[in-house]
Amino acid sequence: MACFLVPATEALAVTVAKKVTESKEAKKEKDGGDPSQTENRDKAELALTGSGRVPFSRKLKWLSNLLWGGSALLAFEHVWHGEVVPWFPFLTNAADPEDAAEMLHEMATAGVGMALLVTAVWGGMLIVSSVLERRAAKGPAAETEKGAQ
Amino acid sequence: MTLLTTLFAAVICTVLWYRRAPENPMKTGILCWMYWGASLMWLVDAIFEYAELGAGFFTPEPADMLNDLYLGLSVVALGLVIWVVVLLIRDPRGVIRGWLRRAKKTSAEEERP
Repeated sequence: MACFLVPATEALAVTVAKKVTESKEAKKEKDGGDPSQTENRDKAELALTGSGRVPFSRKLKWLSNLLWGGSALLAFEHVWHGEVVPWFPFLTNAADPEDAAEMLHEMATAGVGMALLVTAVWGGMLIVSSVLERRAAKGPAAETEKGAQ
Repeated sequence: MTLLTTLFAAVICTVLWYRRAPENPMKTGILCWMYWGASLMWLVDAIFEYAELGAGFFTPEPADMLNDLYLGLSVVALGLVIWVVVLLIRDPRGVIRGWLRRAKKTSAEEERP
């Protein structure tokens, strides 16, 4: 009915958080922080296979991409079923109080479930990413140790 | 059926992305994010529907299946359209920018007396 609005709202919040994190990381780099955190931003995926860490703003972008992409395609499905219309109040169920209550219930159950599942999958991606980063960091260190022996 | 269609699209796009990763010159990552995001959301929808219908969830009417397949294919098409628009705007290979530059140069040369 309007379940896609919940992940879309989360996507909006994550996008704002991403922008804030990006500006903080840029400021940190300017102040003499670790340049490897922000350099090669466009090819940040390379950081997974190479040395260095993926910036947190990039990780937030993964979540916002998942949420925006999913919400956009789900919004299309709702237009398809006539649940979203291009005129006020935009949601057909919002006109009738009984339907509105049903819609809110669906948002609270399915909508929140969607947002939680996407966020949980992103959490899994973060764990995998941090393991890969740690392995990439350990690799050169181990080689240096071997060389010293 | 919509979930299945989107899931197949997500898997195919991920394989296509992986073949060229991490460079991603055709920006296929955009398609992966969109289709995986939608698949996860429809999975939740499917779980709720299964909780409501039980085993009947797996035996839909042929007309419903056809309509859902039609919707799934339309969703995949919409995703592809969004991807093409983003690809042309970002223009990672500089094709559009180069073409515009050449067109501008040609028109400036033609205007010269």
